[in-house]
Amino acid sequence: MYDELDKGRTNQISFLLEIFTTFFRVGAFTFGGGLAMLPLFEREVIENKGWVKKEDILDIYAISQSLPGVIAVNASTFIGYRLAGVPGAVAAISGVMAPSLIIIVAIASFFTQFRQNFYVAKVLHGVRAAVAALIFLAAYRIGKASLKGAFGVITAAAAFGITLLTDINVIYIILAGGLLGVMASKVGLGGGRQ
Amino acid sequence: MIYWQMLGIFFRLGLFTVGGGYAMLPLIQAEIARYGWITAEEFVDMIAIAEMTPGAIGVNTATFVGFRQGGLFGAFVATTGIALPSLLVVVAVSKVLDRFREHPLVEAILFGIRPVVAGLIASAALFIAQAAIINSEATGFLSIDLLALGIAIGSGIAVYRYKVHPIAVMVCAGIAGLVLF
Repeated sequence: MYDELDKGRTNQISFLLEIFTTFFRVGAFTFGGGLAMLPLFEREVIENKGWVKKEDILDIYAISQSLPGVIAVNASTFIGYRLAGVPGAVAAISGVMAPSLIIIVAIASFFTQFRQNFYVAKVLHGVRAAVAALIFLAAYRIGKASLKGAFGVITAAAAFGITLLTDINVIYIILAGGLLGVMASKVGLGGGRQ
Repeated sequence: MIYWQMLGIFFRLGLFTVGGGYAMLPLIQAEIARYGWITAEEFVDMIAIAEMTPGAIGVNTATFVGFRQGGLFGAFVATTGIALPSLLVVVAVSKVLDRFREHPLVEAILFGIRPVVAGLIASAALFIAQAAIINSEATGFLSIDLLALGIAIGSGIAVYRYKVHPIAVMVCAGIAGLVLF
């Protein structure tokens, strides 16, 4: 009887380990995060493991974008939880985040010494300019979908202006946005139309 | 910094990040301004590293800040902090998760939050541009680093118009920096 219990526990642990390593691969082979992770989820979680149906992954991604948190972490939590409850979710989260932890800690350890180097400073000077452009594009991409109506344009401009001109906590601005959205939908300005 | 305080800060970062890793940047920027964690230039370098290394951008950036503030354990605390809201929210709404997205209240809230996030990221982009292309030692028009501005515009066009991969663009921008500056 104890043998069986032990066997069940060993199976459970090996399944959690399998979840961990699968999501570790997703984390380790994705550059850019967010939507860039989708093909990796398809290969590792759908094709290799068959844990999720292909048509389900887009739904999981859409829901992950609506929930608070990093999209890839949300999607991993969702799949892990469906596979093995809370332990499964924890295994999936740990797996998808572990490569970041290892790689970033390794880089950050050397980075402070490196960035003072004459040549590295020149390289970083150029890279920073590219990053500025990339973040502007990210704002534009995220804005494009939501800036269709007057409500979106005014809300975005207000958020932009308030952060530039005041010290109001960003969190309050986000909360105010959610409240505005609810009020707008009450007077029929949108919400459902997106 | 005390670890539990860090856990609280990163938990908040995770909780208020709506719409992916980039949405976390304005939040991190605000925390940096409040606690003086790192310089503006380090913040931009950190984003570059987060983009060029594997893993989600939000996770990478948080790990970086956590490591700078509290070493290896700080990095661990930071990743735990930003993942906790995901875990709690997904488990809490898992029963209704499929209906969650179509719920009118959720749609209404996101309808208001999405443009706000776009505005906040634009504001973060301006902060980043300032660190990247403004020479702090000069004033007025002279302070604009024209070479850096040129690299930024070129990078933007390459990614947007010609669909060049962002990592390739950053590598080219780095080489341009090495040659030009």
